[in-house]
Amino acid sequence: MAQPRARTGLPLTWLGVVPFFVFVGLFLLLPTLYIVVGAFRAPEGGFTFGNILALNTPTILSAYWVSIKIAFWSALIGCAVGFAMAAAVTVGAGPRWVKNPLLTFSGVASNFAGVPLAFAFIATIGPAGIITLYLRHEFGINLRLMGFNLLSTLGLVITYLFFQIPLMILIITPALEGLKREWREAASILGATSWQYWRIVAFPILFPSILGTMALLFANAFGAVATAIALTGPSLNIAPILLYAQIRGDVLGSPNLGYALAFGMIVITGLANALYIVLRARSERWLK
Amino acid sequence: MTRLWSWGALLIGIAFFLMPLYGMTEFSLKMRRGEYSFDAYATVLADPRFQATFGYSVMMAVLTILCGVLLVVPTAFWVRLKLPGLRPWVEFITLLPLVIPSIVVVFGYIRLYNTSSWLPLTGSVTGTNMLLMFGYTVLALPYMYRAVDTGLRTIDVATLTEAAQSLGAGWVTILARVILPNVLGAVLSGAFLTFAIVIGEFTMAALLDRPAFGPYMQLLGANRAYEPAALAVIAFAITWACMGLIQLVTRFSKHNRVAR
Repeated sequence: MAQPRARTGLPLTWLGVVPFFVFVGLFLLLPTLYIVVGAFRAPEGGFTFGNILALNTPTILSAYWVSIKIAFWSALIGCAVGFAMAAAVTVGAGPRWVKNPLLTFSGVASNFAGVPLAFAFIATIGPAGIITLYLRHEFGINLRLMGFNLLSTLGLVITYLFFQIPLMILIITPALEGLKREWREAASILGATSWQYWRIVAFPILFPSILGTMALLFANAFGAVATAIALTGPSLNIAPILLYAQIRGDVLGSPNLGYALAFGMIVITGLANALYIVLRARSERWLK
Repeated sequence: MTRLWSWGALLIGIAFFLMPLYGMTEFSLKMRRGEYSFDAYATVLADPRFQATFGYSVMMAVLTILCGVLLVVPTAFWVRLKLPGLRPWVEFITLLPLVIPSIVVVFGYIRLYNTSSWLPLTGSVTGTNMLLMFGYTVLALPYMYRAVDTGLRTIDVATLTEAAQSLGAGWVTILARVILPNVLGAVLSGAFLTFAIVIGEFTMAALLDRPAFGPYMQLLGANRAYEPAALAVIAFAITWACMGLIQLVTRFSKHNRVAR
């Protein structure tokens, strides 16, 4: 005789997500937590702010500061250029047929980061790059004498733009397409010029999206390691490279200082991403 | 005025994108003095270390994709079917790898799973390989989860599951023969993106000291002149191929679906 299956009182549906939570626990949350806890642990155990305070040395501060500058400028310029390009093919007077190829290309370019990207720029505007030599031989313009060096912060900003601009295009295009035609018509009926429409109507609506995306680009550039190492080697003093050197060979002389350095990076990218989430929620009020 | 401005922005941007692509291609062809040749490519492709590291990274990418699919598809399915309240949490966790720099995650691995810990994964080659695969799965998680979740949104998960159940299917059969084929397009999109990310990944592989393609490229870049440009062209072609396949798959799965 078939017995109806006995029902236990406990709901067992949560068992289905156990593998996922075990996995992210072991390989994402726990390792990160270990770093965060380590940042507040004294070498002999016990809680301390000493490691965080020990970050206050000229080398480490300048590493963070240079990183922040690179991330900020590449995010700002990436946003401006990406916005202009996306606007040109969606709401501007640029050719509409360019839009889809541009989006496809952006998908590729935003994933073309890391070591090969550095190679591409070295081959182009590095000391012996194609364009560097061309300018020198054909026009007598010596980029190096003009103070340009690819293996510098400016060089990193230019290189990072190759994935920052496409990322901006990918994120902002849907927002631009969400601008309703009625708003523009309403504005022009009320006598607004094109410039006034952009300044008073469109830009304030888009502003949270733009600022949010900029925060995302900032975090994206801040955590990038591979491109920087392939471009400049371990010489440039920026936070991710310093952390890389610390993990390889304890250059700071204290493992807990390494945790503190990593913790500082999490805080900065975390803040940037929190800003992105808040601002995106805001922009969604208008752009449905 | 608007016209001038639109075309100006577009042309400047496109020139910026074309410049390094042109530069690396031209440079990679200039190994032989005075004429264009494919010498740099021949040297790279014939290098046994290229073959070994590239093979290693391809294998890693395939294993990462398998691990990611096995982890993400059942989870996303289950969350949609039984635990919708958990969705924001799972979504938030899957986005964390975009927030926490990968160098920090791998730093944690090295300290947490070293030889003197409770789970000494870095103590053996197999263990380290597994750790790298798990690390890559974490990196791919945001893309994989979003792709699969979007795929699940387009099908009626509850009805399909009930229909399969009333025909006597168990959970494994439902997942493998009902749900997976229905979201195959989405899974493949996530898979190709994962491939593009894993194949040239540098930070995790270098810090875990695995012979992957990314660290090999970096080493070559420090020692050679023309070969790195050839590698850059090859890497760009791979990224392009992955994105092209994603578009193809998306288009294909759209046409394949019966209109409802």
